[in-house]
Amino acid sequence: MNELKRTPLRDFHAAHGARLVDFAGWEMPVQYRSILEEHKAVRRTAGLFDVSHMGEVDVRGPEAGKFLDHLVTNSVARLFPGRVLYSPMCYPAGGVVDDLLVYMHGTDDYFLCINAGNIDKDLAWIRGEAAKFNVTVTDRSADYALLAVQGPRAAEIVQSLTGAKLGLVKYYHFTEATVAGVRCIVSRTGYTGEDGFELYHATGDAQALAQAVLDAGTPRGLELAGLGARDSLRLEAGYPLYGHEITAEISPLTAGLGWTVKLDKPDFIGREALLREKQNGGPNKVVFFKTGDRRIVRAETPVLGADGAVVGHVLSGTLSPILNEAIGSALVATPAATQPLAVDIRGARLGLQLVTPPFVPLKKS
Amino acid sequence: MSNIPAELRYAKSHEWVRPEADGTVTVGITDYAQNSLGDITYVQVPKVGAVLKAGETFGVVESVKAASDVYAPIAGAVLAVNTALESAPETVNKAPYTDGWMLKLKPADPAAINGLLDAVAYAKVAE
Repeated sequence: MNELKRTPLRDFHAAHGARLVDFAGWEMPVQYRSILEEHKAVRRTAGLFDVSHMGEVDVRGPEAGKFLDHLVTNSVARLFPGRVLYSPMCYPAGGVVDDLLVYMHGTDDYFLCINAGNIDKDLAWIRGEAAKFNVTVTDRSADYALLAVQGPRAAEIVQSLTGAKLGLVKYYHFTEATVAGVRCIVSRTGYTGEDGFELYHATGDAQALAQAVLDAGTPRGLELAGLGARDSLRLEAGYPLYGHEITAEISPLTAGLGWTVKLDKPDFIGREALLREKQNGGPNKVVFFKTGDRRIVRAETPVLGADGAVVGHVLSGTLSPILNEAIGSALVATPAATQPLAVDIRGARLGLQLVTPPFVPLKKS
Repeated sequence: MSNIPAELRYAKSHEWVRPEADGTVTVGITDYAQNSLGDITYVQVPKVGAVLKAGETFGVVESVKAASDVYAPIAGAVLAVNTALESAPETVNKAPYTDGWMLKLKPADPAAINGLLDAVAYAKVAE
């Protein structure tokens, strides 16, 4: 077995009582005190997440923008310096290689944030496509640590550590600033559905920055939060997670991410397949549901149609700590998606109430 | 380090048994078990009157992470179940040996309790 990779904060997590687990080959904190309490802290005040396992990639060169518009489905041409874009990156058949964030520093200088479990696959894919363009692709994953401060009090907490005017940094924008003496890319992004910031910084500064955020945040109700809360928060917000709602087999259109697919772009990888899917409809659809019951409907659970036949399966499931009931997502055959759906949990038939996410009101700016 | 009260008896499958003065026993899951499961979100217990065999599944404890069966440490009839856990399953996390109890049994054979682990032996299982 390969040795698990560690973020620069591994010992910090252990010292704060984290339960560490193998996540995509990384030794990561799944929880500290309680997943449910960490989740509620993020919705109520703030949470601090170590997401240093995420990958970072520099894309530079005269054709950087043109290349990225070919690579991803969303519109890179609409970016301007200081703006962040969320986008899937697809295979020619329309399935998803990964979903990522594109940061624009300048016309020939972009920065990508990609999923930890996909770093090697993504780099191979990106480099293969980049060969046709005048760009250089550099893996910066080892250079950067990444902290996410999320929740209604996140802005106040980060603002207390920097002279930069964070009020000017709108949602999905970023700036470069010194936070607690550490040079950071300060990005108003996150994957919890709350307002918040993601702080990219040199790995050697991670310990000092995490401690400074914790010290500034604790009196304001901030708690350390692990990957368990991150997953329930993103599902409650209705955000897709690679490997669940989007995969090599589940296209962004199937997943309900049509807003990220700019079919009016003349060319991008997967465009023809996605255009066909848009015109003809796909065989399956991702739906979000709640059950009115506390029993978690776990991934892979078969979804049953009106006549009891299997019409799909669950992709993600958890207990919403805010609604206090089970929520989840499922991939179901398109014709079945408008019929009554149910699951069987240990002999109990539970109806799925389809919901357009988010499951809870979100306050992001 | 788990809390393993000396006055209780234990099953290898991480249930505890408390013999009561009236000859009944109270059953729950141990501090080690609740801590291993993490946030408990749902507890399914049998109906009052159910007759359980030793080692038989009597219910399910669900956490955010997983659903785990729980087993009858000894044979007996179910005299009472903790209905408060329906709305507050997290009580098992907070007070596994007191308010987080799951059921009361009338043992089929009161001597069966002697076949369970004592706290010292269970501590080795829960290491």
